[in-house]
Amino acid sequence: MTVTALPGRVVSDETVPARAAWSGFVRRGQLLTVTDLYGNQAADFLVYDAHDTSVRYSAPDTVQAQGNVFLTTGSVLLSNEHTPLMTVVDDTCGRHDTLGGACSKESNTLRYGHHTWSQHACVENFLSEGARHGLGKRDLVSNINWFMNVPVEKDGTLGIVDGISAPGLKVVLRAETDVLALLSNCPQINNPCNGFDPTAVRMTITDAAGSEEDGTR
Amino acid sequence: MGTPSAPPSATASTHGARQHARAQDGTTADAMPVVPASDWPEPPEGVAAGDVVWAGTVAGGGYTHKVLARGTELRLTDLTGDACAHLLLHSADRPWERLNTADTVKVLWNAYLGKGHLLLSDQGRVLASVTEDTSGRHDALTGTSTLARNTARYGDGTPQSASPAGRELFKLAALKNGLAPRDLPPSVSFFQGVRIAEDGTTEFIGSADAGASVTLRAEQDVTVLLANVPHPLDPRPEYTCGNLRVLAYRSRPTAPGDALWDAAPEGRRAFLNTVDHLTARGLA
Repeated sequence: MTVTALPGRVVSDETVPARAAWSGFVRRGQLLTVTDLYGNQAADFLVYDAHDTSVRYSAPDTVQAQGNVFLTTGSVLLSNEHTPLMTVVDDTCGRHDTLGGACSKESNTLRYGHHTWSQHACVENFLSEGARHGLGKRDLVSNINWFMNVPVEKDGTLGIVDGISAPGLKVVLRAETDVLALLSNCPQINNPCNGFDPTAVRMTITDAAGSEEDGTR
Repeated sequence: MGTPSAPPSATASTHGARQHARAQDGTTADAMPVVPASDWPEPPEGVAAGDVVWAGTVAGGGYTHKVLARGTELRLTDLTGDACAHLLLHSADRPWERLNTADTVKVLWNAYLGKGHLLLSDQGRVLASVTEDTSGRHDALTGTSTLARNTARYGDGTPQSASPAGRELFKLAALKNGLAPRDLPPSVSFFQGVRIAEDGTTEFIGSADAGASVTLRAEQDVTVLLANVPHPLDPRPEYTCGNLRVLAYRSRPTAPGDALWDAAPEGRRAFLNTVDHLTARGLA
């Protein structure tokens, strides 16, 4: 599976296998492209100020400021100090989730039963990948789920339902400050967040064409 | 040498200053803690005065915090219709186990807090359950206010200004419990409602009315952090927040056989996980 039309010069380009984690530093002005290579794959995502990781993505601040629980082009990912971390500058999927958070072995025991304890989970990915950067459990907060579909009914009923993504769909994020991004390519096999079949995603960091840094913008 | 005609100030000496300070004993204020809590004159119906363990009133723009034992019920009352109780819960002696709003809405399949909802930790356990609710207007999605937002909206958001931000007050409450800003996950709030339209838009629906109350039951020993500040989506241009009544009293945790224990399979497993954890520790 190839992806065309990546914006700008490629700084890093990695395929994250099914169930695996990824992290990367994205400098201010650079673009991070998350590509759903095979379709319908939830990509759990957290982002931190690279220079002060106590400033990190805040789902409530992001929802509060944009007045909507779904993310798409134009959405600004705000920190817990209400400062911009990244902006969605392109989105070919249409909407992404701010509410569902990450799966964990612990929450899986509630959602499906204790038989799921031995299965993979996103929190394990966040912890092991975050630990490489000095982050720990205290640093995990409600995350974004790219490509995941979580509607809210009139009576408040919400749930993860069949995805609306397809192979090759992508979301492009511009870093508004230097950030550390963490990804868990969701291994959940008990709900439709990835069609019960985890697949690979691609994480690409590019310098925006004509970036501020090279003085051509 | 001072002016000969000026009378000596009553507080110019240590003895005078002490007498002046001590003369304040017994003064009351509109918003204050009642200590001991058993002095609270109006315990809830069926609750003995001696079982009240936390009582008082939190001013609009104020905060408070307390460690509550498992089985304690915490009743919050919006006295004016303009209170908004922003709440965080941490396991009292293991604060890295704390409220997880995503699991709280996802596991219970509902975005709106109300009677029967469980406030879940990130460890698949219950921190507190909502046992009574006369408001029905709460919010688990849009969090509290920040210094940046309050500064933009009201001109200031620092803790001791006229328009303190919820996150700034949470930081102080956290620090007083040995925690740090990174220990503050997304919070929930009570008494000012938010609803989500089909297209994902947030709608602020405000408060039910003066006198609405919500009762939480601690299902583990928990550290309660409470900030009473305007909801971040409250459209009113003036910083508007009324007094919040806080009342906690001894009760018992949810147990097998209680309706709430079996209300949902996800909740039953959360209660089972909680008791399993406490049993292993010799606490249940």
